[in-house]
Amino acid sequence: MPEITRDEVAHLATLARIDLDDAELDRLAPQLSVILESVASISEVSGADVPPTSHPLPLTNVFRDDVVEPSLTAEQALSGAPAQEQQRFSVPRILGDEQ
Amino acid sequence: MSAERRTAAELADALAAGETTSVELTRASLDRIAQVDGVVHAFLHVDAESALAQAEASDARRAAGTPASTLDGVPIAVKDVLATEGLPTTCGSRILEGWVPPYDATVVARVKAAGLPILGKTNMDEFAMGSSTEHSAYGPTHNPWDLDRIPGGSGGGSAAAVAAHEAPLALGTDTGGSIRQPGAVTGTVGMKPTYGGVSRYGLVALANSLDQVGPVTRTVLDAALLHEVIGGHDRKDSTSIDQPLPALVEAARQGATGDLSGVRIGVITELAGDGWQPGVMTRFQESVDLMVKAGAEVVEVSCPHFVHALATYYLILPAEASSNLAKFDAMRYGLRVWPEGRPDASAEEVMRATRDAGFGDEVKRRIILGTYALSSGYYDAYYGQAQKVRTLIARDFEAAFERADVLVSPTAPTTAFRLGEKLDDPIAMYLNDLATIPANLAGVPGISVPSGLADEDGLPAGVQVLAPALADDRCYRVGAALEALLLETWGGPLLDRAPGLNGAPA
Repeated sequence: MPEITRDEVAHLATLARIDLDDAELDRLAPQLSVILESVASISEVSGADVPPTSHPLPLTNVFRDDVVEPSLTAEQALSGAPAQEQQRFSVPRILGDEQ
Repeated sequence: MSAERRTAAELADALAAGETTSVELTRASLDRIAQVDGVVHAFLHVDAESALAQAEASDARRAAGTPASTLDGVPIAVKDVLATEGLPTTCGSRILEGWVPPYDATVVARVKAAGLPILGKTNMDEFAMGSSTEHSAYGPTHNPWDLDRIPGGSGGGSAAAVAAHEAPLALGTDTGGSIRQPGAVTGTVGMKPTYGGVSRYGLVALANSLDQVGPVTRTVLDAALLHEVIGGHDRKDSTSIDQPLPALVEAARQGATGDLSGVRIGVITELAGDGWQPGVMTRFQESVDLMVKAGAEVVEVSCPHFVHALATYYLILPAEASSNLAKFDAMRYGLRVWPEGRPDASAEEVMRATRDAGFGDEVKRRIILGTYALSSGYYDAYYGQAQKVRTLIARDFEAAFERADVLVSPTAPTTAFRLGEKLDDPIAMYLNDLATIPANLAGVPGISVPSGLADEDGLPAGVQVLAPALADDRCYRVGAALEALLLETWGGPLLDRAPGLNGAPA
């Protein structure tokens, strides 16, 4: 299992959309390496022919009839929004990034 | 006996007999909270006005001869990870500070429909990530047995609230032990139902395939009573089991007779040894001996893949959590933080600044770890492999349950440690969940019952009883039997031996 470097943590933080400052990166990188080391034993468990479990109990898809039911009002749905305008979520600009 | 020390079952009887009122009981809880919560800090939010209004409505139903349920009028505390309409729900996180949900979780709706006044919301590790409540953004909860020690986690607030007699009942959630481990270290009872046995609708998900809501109480019977209120099929949760609950209260009452004739109890070999506190093991062995005296047959069972359970869990959980917590994007609810001096920042920059400011260290650790485990090139080695080992752990349970009706182990390897002791050592913190995690991975139910006080430190320890999926009634039968047998040897509830909360202002 590879060690996780500071640069990798910075990259992962970008993927996870979290701004980590230098102090956080310094602290997190070695901690994550220790955690990864402690879970590395998992690769030694033989399991080539074992099916994966994503869910503890066997379940099949559950459907319901497509009928209209009472739901949140626009006011309720917007009640926790950091900003709203004309019954809509108001968000910072989404275009114009270098990415 | 003062109202706050009585069990929920006793309070329900007193209400039914007209000896007390819900307003009296709710006031008693609120008074106790006012008296001790300054030092315990079990609650993040208390709503006295609303609780008393609900209590008055309950008394009106009783007076009209139409109580909504057996527990109508018995107050309850709710873990802050469950959505409560009109009451703040923060999950112990800054990112949800002040958020008031516009809807109720199904379990909260059921508790309300059954007439239980909601006292308030209990403290927890941020997004239920932790074993001590120290990862709460609003400060830790203190163990009522020793205020310098942790109350367990993540549901330390709910466990401390019932242990400190601030509430007769509480709701918790258990993803890797967050109901059972706090139960063990506070001398209370905590039950994690079968996965799918209780609705997760309105539970802010940590790891969807592991999370379960369950009762946090002082007695096994109380847990069964509350479980019957919250359990059963819910069409709003696609993983909800569409069949009736077993007769849980009946099982608890049967168990309370103390007879375990014909019950086969499996002791798990792998959940003992190095790192297990001697006093915890002594109390565990005594519990097993008592069950044998009561007629149980004990077999030793080996679950060889349990040694990999912790590693499996700490890959699956961060993977699911990193995906779940992506919804905290500063757009629709919760915190929004602008990068300093950047009023023209883009949505993505605002998102990154908000998630940095709003999440604590442990949440960041697990999001990064989960992102890593799911990233291309590592997926097969980590997440994929963990899912296979999860199958092997479930198979260990299947094999064990062929030889035993229930499995037992100590709930946690140690008693409550000191606040701060393991805060900077994630691995040491994770090891607290060693014994509780396998049940979440396999979806089976488990209950923690107090086993007594460890000789070294005089602090509570717990015994965990695990049963096959859908056989939650076995947890209640065996748990209630053990509780009755231990009560006889103690001569009264374990919590009566807790030192008074002397730090509390009079």
